[in-house]
Amino acid sequence: MDKKVAIFRKEHFNAAHRLFVPGWTDEQNLKQFGKCSNPHYHGHNYELVVKVSGVPDPVTGYVIDLSDLSSIIQKHVLSRFDHKNLNLDTQEFAELNPTAENIVFVIYEILRRHLDAKLDLSVRLYETERNFVEYPA
Amino acid sequence: MVFLTRIEHFNAAHKLYNPEWGREQNEAVFGACANENWHGHNYELYVTIKGEPDPQTGFLMDVKKLSGIIKEHVTEKLDHKNLNIEVDFLKGKMCSTENLVIGIWNQLIDRLPAIVKLHSVKLYETPRIFVEYFG
Repeated sequence: MDKKVAIFRKEHFNAAHRLFVPGWTDEQNLKQFGKCSNPHYHGHNYELVVKVSGVPDPVTGYVIDLSDLSSIIQKHVLSRFDHKNLNLDTQEFAELNPTAENIVFVIYEILRRHLDAKLDLSVRLYETERNFVEYPA
Repeated sequence: MVFLTRIEHFNAAHKLYNPEWGREQNEAVFGACANENWHGHNYELYVTIKGEPDPQTGFLMDVKKLSGIIKEHVTEKLDHKNLNIEVDFLKGKMCSTENLVIGIWNQLIDRLPAIVKLHSVKLYETPRIFVEYFG
């Protein structure tokens, strides 16, 4: 079989964050980001869907061993972000605003480094059931 | 008797941390939930009332009014807040889902019209963990 197949792994993590631009006043931040700029933080249950596409290996039939994919996500993404304050506890968002858009991009970049170059990667992140982002677009 | 449920949601930061204990004991009991800098959840709230439908309206009560009561006394106080430091009805309490559901019940119990009774408050902390309280 030489057709590409997509395989998905769902994971989740809980984190606190706030959206703000450090150079702006509290008033400007409130105007732009509303309640999300609360200086005492708020939080989410993030749901992560990782999509890996490739041609299944002719011997194993796998695009990627799901247990390996799960371990990569656990080791490089969840261990950094789960039960953390994204603004305070992670180097990735020390200066980058932790919007869903930026988080999904950061997660993509992290995972891309740990996957075989011949595999395609796409990441979807749900901040709430109703708000989600995807990269690449 | 008819039961009616209104679903609301809010997002909040919290941590599980007993200030009378040291860091080590908090981490031993609460694990990652004790993280000093907070973490957070999307909470889903189910408020169930019970009673007999009014013969003229067919309603237990106007659901819009129920939603207004929940918003004013519960979700506006909790949404996009830090539960440990910003919520008056949780002051001095451990911010577990168990205590949160009791706090929400107490916020609602005396604010509903006499024609209905509060039956239960159910609160999902994650899609896989929820608590229920029946008073």
